[in-house]
Amino acid sequence: MNWKTFYALLARDGHIARRNLIMTLVQILLQPLLFTFVFGRVLTSGGMIRSQFRSVLLPGVISISMVIAGIQAVAMPLISEFQFSREIEDRLLAPIENSWLAVEKILAGMFQALAAGLVVIPGAWVTMGSVNISYDHPVAFVGVCLLVALLAASGGLALGCSVGQTQIGLMFSLIMTPMLMFGCVYYPWSFLHVFPEIQYMVLLNPVVYASEGLRGALVPQIPHIAGWITTSVLAFADILLVTIGIRKFKRKAVS
Amino acid sequence: MGLGIRIENLRKVYNTPAPSALGARGFSFGPVRSSRKERQEKRKERKKKIEIVAVDGITLAIHPGEIFGLLGPNGAGKSTTIGILTTRTEPTSGRAIVGEFDVWKQQVQAKRVIGVVPQRPNLDFALTTRELLLFHGAYFGQSVRERTRRADEELEKFKLTDRADQMVRELSGGMMQRLSIARAMMHDPEVLFLDEPSAGLDPQTRLMLWEIIRGYGKLGKTIVLTTHYMEEADELCERLAIIDHGKIIAQGTPQDLKSSIPGGYVLRLRFDRATQALFAQIRELPGVTDVRSTDPTAADIYADRGGSLVGSLVNAAQAEGVEVRDVHIQEPSLENLFLHHTGRSLRE
Repeated sequence: MNWKTFYALLARDGHIARRNLIMTLVQILLQPLLFTFVFGRVLTSGGMIRSQFRSVLLPGVISISMVIAGIQAVAMPLISEFQFSREIEDRLLAPIENSWLAVEKILAGMFQALAAGLVVIPGAWVTMGSVNISYDHPVAFVGVCLLVALLAASGGLALGCSVGQTQIGLMFSLIMTPMLMFGCVYYPWSFLHVFPEIQYMVLLNPVVYASEGLRGALVPQIPHIAGWITTSVLAFADILLVTIGIRKFKRKAVS
Repeated sequence: MGLGIRIENLRKVYNTPAPSALGARGFSFGPVRSSRKERQEKRKERKKKIEIVAVDGITLAIHPGEIFGLLGPNGAGKSTTIGILTTRTEPTSGRAIVGEFDVWKQQVQAKRVIGVVPQRPNLDFALTTRELLLFHGAYFGQSVRERTRRADEELEKFKLTDRADQMVRELSGGMMQRLSIARAMMHDPEVLFLDEPSAGLDPQTRLMLWEIIRGYGKLGKTIVLTTHYMEEADELCERLAIIDHGKIIAQGTPQDLKSSIPGGYVLRLRFDRATQALFAQIRELPGVTDVRSTDPTAADIYADRGGSLVGSLVNAAQAEGVEVRDVHIQEPSLENLFLHHTGRSLRE
């Protein structure tokens, strides 16, 4: 393992993320923040939705912003770098194992996912007004955030190595949209009990555990899936996606 | 001091699905209706895989500090060989050793001592020209001061200083090619691989590039380049291997290789019709070493002289009642060597 090279690769990704900062922020945050404004502010203030909904919405919006940010940060550049020109070779020729380059991509994606999650909190606060947040579980909150960031970044790696340039649109409509709609982002999981089939089917979606885990850490007064379940499922999904992602990356790196 | 390279019985077979597997899928509104049997056949065809042997048992030794050329037509296996030597393509079997490192077992050590200029620039499009070189230096562990100094030198050397702060994706093709070479030299590698370095460069830049490659060779570095330009191989390389269909068909210094062709000159003749008797007569002419008939009305004549032979060739043809349609004289060159070994011209 070659720390100097690893650090330099990370610095390169950081440099590009900083250069595209504003664009990336708009791309990731505009949609969830507008959503929180309409549903969390306009509709609750008008009385169409109970104001308690804000507390349901905040953890969900943090989770989905982190997931989308992490996936995009890793998958989008990878998809184009693996194309015809094989830009990725610029870094594959650096003196480091190819699998460590994959690890570096995951780490860089995690930073971007965490940054997105951190920006959403004050952003949602501004658009929605006050939310009853519990400050009793800081360790659980940080822990869940790290697990979600890893989930997003390793998922991005696995997707980035499996999807071609022409399928990006399909990736969004086939993977991202259902993940968002059935990710318990806008409602707690227990509310799905009126649709039992759907309630158990969505358990396959890792975003459910991300949203519910954050709900447990931030707004424990709202019904949520038990913390030990969300944590262990997230950890399991992380290990699985990291393994798949690195293996796919290594296979795709050489012809 | 440069490092030597050994290649032992290297093979690379690509398994690509048959082209029909890619083209036949999809949906059509047209009136095309295929019978069930046809569809079954199509499905079978899809499952079939085409095996492409790109490198077919190459064994080669490149000495430390020499400029070595791999010469061959498109698709001969040059780029695949370079790909294997530079950790980008995994060999099906065989070994490739750079210095003391087995490229596929000690990848990181091997990557540290090589510089690579690929056939298509694989530059990092998200950076500017200068940043690309600076980050490349950082990947190889250079200090800030060292990489800044070296980046400025390389930019100057490749006449890219005025483009230093431009995004790489905005550069022209020739500039990208130059930057790609600058990047390969940035970490001062002991072995430099250049895959078709002068493709897409104008003649002036090509001369500049040759000068830079020669200069780098004088520092005692090992340089391996591929080319399908005869002049480049002749001009630049100390030793050459000629590759066709994944096999080495000849190797040695350009001088040795050229003198190994019988006669040296090649006269390519075309007649209105051909008789075996005429070929036999030509073979008897003074100076002719070999006659090869490429198709019934054409022949390649290997001889130790060129123009002075034309008169007697025409006389011999007239005596047989055959008319000469075309005569082309080729001076001793690597092109003739390739023709001699493969029966094809490099450009065909």
